[in-house]
Amino acid sequence: MTAALRATAVRVLQQLRHDHRTVALLLVVPSLLMGLLAWMLIDRPGVFDHWGAALLGVFPLIVMFLVTSVATLRERTSGTLERLLAMPITRADFLLGYGFAFGIAAAIQATVISVIAFGLLGLDVAGPIWAVLLVAVLVAVLGTALGLFVSAFARTEFQAVQFMPAVIIPQLLLCGLVAPRATLPRPLELVSDVLPLSYAVDAMQRLTVETGVGSRTWLDMAVIVGFIVAALALGAATLRRRTP
Amino acid sequence: MDDDVAVRVRGLRVVRGAREVLHGLDFDVRSGIVTGLLGPSGGGKSTLMRAIVGVQAMVTGTCEVLGLPAGSPPLRRRIGYVTQAPAVYADLTVAENLQYFAAVLGAPRTDVDRVLEQVDLADQRDRMVRELSGGQLSRSSLAVALLNSPELLVLDEPTVGLDPVLRRDLWNLFHRFADAGATLLVSSHVMDEAQRCDRLLLVRDGEIVADETETELLARTGTPTVEAAFLALADRLEGGGAA
Repeated sequence: MTAALRATAVRVLQQLRHDHRTVALLLVVPSLLMGLLAWMLIDRPGVFDHWGAALLGVFPLIVMFLVTSVATLRERTSGTLERLLAMPITRADFLLGYGFAFGIAAAIQATVISVIAFGLLGLDVAGPIWAVLLVAVLVAVLGTALGLFVSAFARTEFQAVQFMPAVIIPQLLLCGLVAPRATLPRPLELVSDVLPLSYAVDAMQRLTVETGVGSRTWLDMAVIVGFIVAALALGAATLRRRTP
Repeated sequence: MDDDVAVRVRGLRVVRGAREVLHGLDFDVRSGIVTGLLGPSGGGKSTLMRAIVGVQAMVTGTCEVLGLPAGSPPLRRRIGYVTQAPAVYADLTVAENLQYFAAVLGAPRTDVDRVLEQVDLADQRDRMVRELSGGQLSRSSLAVALLNSPELLVLDEPTVGLDPVLRRDLWNLFHRFADAGATLLVSSHVMDEAQRCDRLLLVRDGEIVADETETELLARTGTPTVEAAFLALADRLEGGGAA
């Protein structure tokens, strides 16, 4: 890890630490939503187990995508990105610094939600809880990587938040939570095969019903890592040292 | 390259969008002095500075900085650059900002305290940047550019909106850097600041209209102030003036 990468991760976490309200929202809102879901399904045994783990994989994608796209846009509009790119920092250091910082934030978020879901709300999965947490953190880093990439296409915060419905909601609809992917019309099933959230939800659903971590689940995680690398590479391509 | 030339510009053109904003500039910035880049807003000063720092796209012609083509990676730790808008993180303290940029530059750890002293912000080091006044904010941005003791400082309007005492102190600081061997290129749209500079580059509509000392400029145009000299030159270029 280079000094510039480490310094960038520390700096992003410091910014987050100074923003108490955002930290509170990051931790409290998903936990409350998980509680709402448990309450909704209280009279339907087993259904919360099916949905709960899947949602643990969906929250970090939405939250980290939004936080990162706004944070990066602010770097672009405030001139700090231009200043940084005039300094000896590589684009990889910049991108991975964000990835590390929000990955750590997501790990804390996923841990808090898990403690509440598994400890308080009685969520029960057959697989190991560490694997559920691992998928949640991978999805969070994916959200960060996608946010870094799309922020290049937004000029204002208003535009940046509009990318959430554009990028995330199609994935939510097609990931298998609304309807099993095998029942989708063939063209839509093919589309869902190339969307990263499909693999996260598959992995979570497999961890819900299978003991241990099967090879298919590892494969799903590897696919998510592949999407992270691709999104970061696209993000790096949008970071230009020379701008018009 | 001569030792006494820090920046050598020949036939420099910059296109932004469909418009050419710098029209083939030729000049040198001499080492170890304070050169003022003066002219009205919209004349191309910021674009010229961005070209020298190496962050401007669509640049053609020659632009050599410290003997290397502008934008070369080795230059990134030898140039200090202050953008017109203060480019610091509002949601960090002054010291956290400086520690971050110092780590990116690989500057010595003692640099943070040194630059805080130099811009007179030592007593504000633990305040959040968003709580600073306008003058403190622009000084915090200037402090970042002083990290790692760069050989060339490119400062885009660093004294705008500061109170006169502070402005005088900053110009004195700039001259101390120059006396210590650094080269400074400082832009301003306030013509009065010419008297603070060792040499002047007057920019108007993407052209250099003067490249000399203040004394030479006033003698050549037969005017009492730089403002009047600028008007005289502008009138001459437009073929005799508006009257």
